[in-house]
Amino acid sequence: MPKAILYDSTLCIGCRACEGACAERWGFPYNDKIAAEEKISAHKLTAVETHGDRFCRRLCMNCLEPTCVSVCPVGALEKTQLGPVTYDAAKCMGCRYCMQACPFQVPSYEWNQRLPKMRKCDMCYDRQRQGKVTACSEVCPVGATITGDRDGLIAEARQRIAAKPDAYYGKIYGLKEVGGTSVLYLSAVPFEQIGLRTGVPQEPLPETTWRVLELLPDVVSTGAVLLGGIWWVTNRRAEVARKEGHGK
Amino acid sequence: MKGKLPKITVWRVIFAAIMLCGLYATWLRVFYGLGGSTNLSDQFPWGLWIAFDVMGGVGLAAGAFTLVATVHIFNIEKYKPVLRPAILTAFLGYILVTVGLLYDLGRPDRLWHPLVMWNPHSVMFEVAWCVTLYSTVLFLEFIPMVFERFGWHKPMGWIHRISVPLMILGVLLSTLHQSSLGTLFLIVPEKLYPLWYSPILPLLFFVSAIGVGLAMTIFESWHSTREFGRALELPLLASLARVLAVVMSVYLWIRFLDLAHRHAFGLLRQNREETWLFLLEIALMAVPTVLLYQARIRMRPGALYACAVMVVFGFVANRLNVGITGLKAASGAAYFPRWSEIAITLSIVAAGFAIFRVVAHYFPVFEAASHEAETGRTEQKEAEPLSVG
Repeated sequence: MPKAILYDSTLCIGCRACEGACAERWGFPYNDKIAAEEKISAHKLTAVETHGDRFCRRLCMNCLEPTCVSVCPVGALEKTQLGPVTYDAAKCMGCRYCMQACPFQVPSYEWNQRLPKMRKCDMCYDRQRQGKVTACSEVCPVGATITGDRDGLIAEARQRIAAKPDAYYGKIYGLKEVGGTSVLYLSAVPFEQIGLRTGVPQEPLPETTWRVLELLPDVVSTGAVLLGGIWWVTNRRAEVARKEGHGK
Repeated sequence: MKGKLPKITVWRVIFAAIMLCGLYATWLRVFYGLGGSTNLSDQFPWGLWIAFDVMGGVGLAAGAFTLVATVHIFNIEKYKPVLRPAILTAFLGYILVTVGLLYDLGRPDRLWHPLVMWNPHSVMFEVAWCVTLYSTVLFLEFIPMVFERFGWHKPMGWIHRISVPLMILGVLLSTLHQSSLGTLFLIVPEKLYPLWYSPILPLLFFVSAIGVGLAMTIFESWHSTREFGRALELPLLASLARVLAVVMSVYLWIRFLDLAHRHAFGLLRQNREETWLFLLEIALMAVPTVLLYQARIRMRPGALYACAVMVVFGFVANRLNVGITGLKAASGAAYFPRWSEIAITLSIVAAGFAIFRVVAHYFPVFEAASHEAETGRTEQKEAEPLSVG
């Protein structure tokens, strides 16, 4: 059963404990200055954004059919059975196609390193493999971020909406976005008001390029026969012309 | 030759200045990373080096496969004089694209990774294999010029034996590579501005590459006549220009149909950067297309050259628009290349011109052409574009 995260922005108090726990887990520095940076970056893989009097936490969505995994030319990114999308820095050649392709603008790059890596949240794959919840879920004092089975969390989210219909916008972000994500959002207001991208397609994106890529064997084989055939015909014609020329 | 010296010196000074700036920018790139040498950011991860050096460079090298197919597969032999320069352009082009990639990749030392670590679902994986294989094919198509220069007949025979499958392979790989650069952007339907995002991007990239390949052939023929004092094979280029006009017409018509079917024309009413750069791109391609339908334009070297240059610029504008302009709005970030990005790009272009000159000087690149020019084509009538052998 794949794991997921449910983030309920109506509960979030913006204490940024999740940011600190995440930095600690990755071994990144964390201080007031970094806390004030309200965007994810190579040294801050989750960030709490302020939208008026509301908060919204950003992190990798660990999509069910991840775009980044499909576009990586060296297979450095992997969708695990458990749910997290993991990254193998030893394979990465730094083409940054994952960053270009990600519909949520999640992957960050170590721009100022001489030997840079891509960085993103991997839903604490190492912890989850040991049966533990993510560092951010563990530390959240109000239960705004919780980890669990995806189906269970969807049921939980629906229950919360049903129990307090006035407190919620009534939809779950991440249910259908790009075919579904491992991070699910609840909000009191429409999602674009807390900075989430609502324009993303509802279908998985890898399909857009695969539709063309899967034609490759057909194009190559048909092309080879066609070009070979044309050469055979035109060459024959030239040969005949040459012979006739000699005859005269 | 001596009389031209002052003019050449001016160009050499410019060349040296560009190369020095490029050298300093290279130092920044190596020691301060992409952050210290580019204006790229997490929101805008691809810039000038991908949009121009790679996407533009590969397209500008498209003359080789177009002419190889024309001369050796369709057997239209009269275009042979412009075949070798096109192959040299493409071979240098692919080497320089690889150099551009070495600058752009975060880990250039891992350029070889896609050959070992496979992901057939990735367009970038296909691109990596196309670059590698087609560079090899271009090397084998170019090497006979070296063999000929030194009179090595034996290896010449080996190449000759595999030449037909080699050329077919080259055309197939080019078809895949040119189109796959368009396929790269199919993954960003919600990010790329609708004037450029289209499900038929691969087809559009392929057709426009054929056009720019022909334009580049006219472009380099014109330059080589000035540099090497050869007679311009004007009738031949004029008939090539006729083909170019048709290819660009087909391209523009597909573009029009595509925009119409996607109901994207309404966007042109908005006064935005995208609108103006789109119109510039279309104008740079449409104007020469219309002009080239007129015989008096085709038969005037200056006008013919100007039209070819416009097509090249229009093509480059298209690649820059797809790779940069069209992605800006959705990224939420401002991007304009830093001086060091521009310096490296200019250095690569300048190096391309310089190496082409040197190679064309020492190897029989234009020789086949000059023989035929000597046989007195005094009447200067346009050659028929499609007369078969």
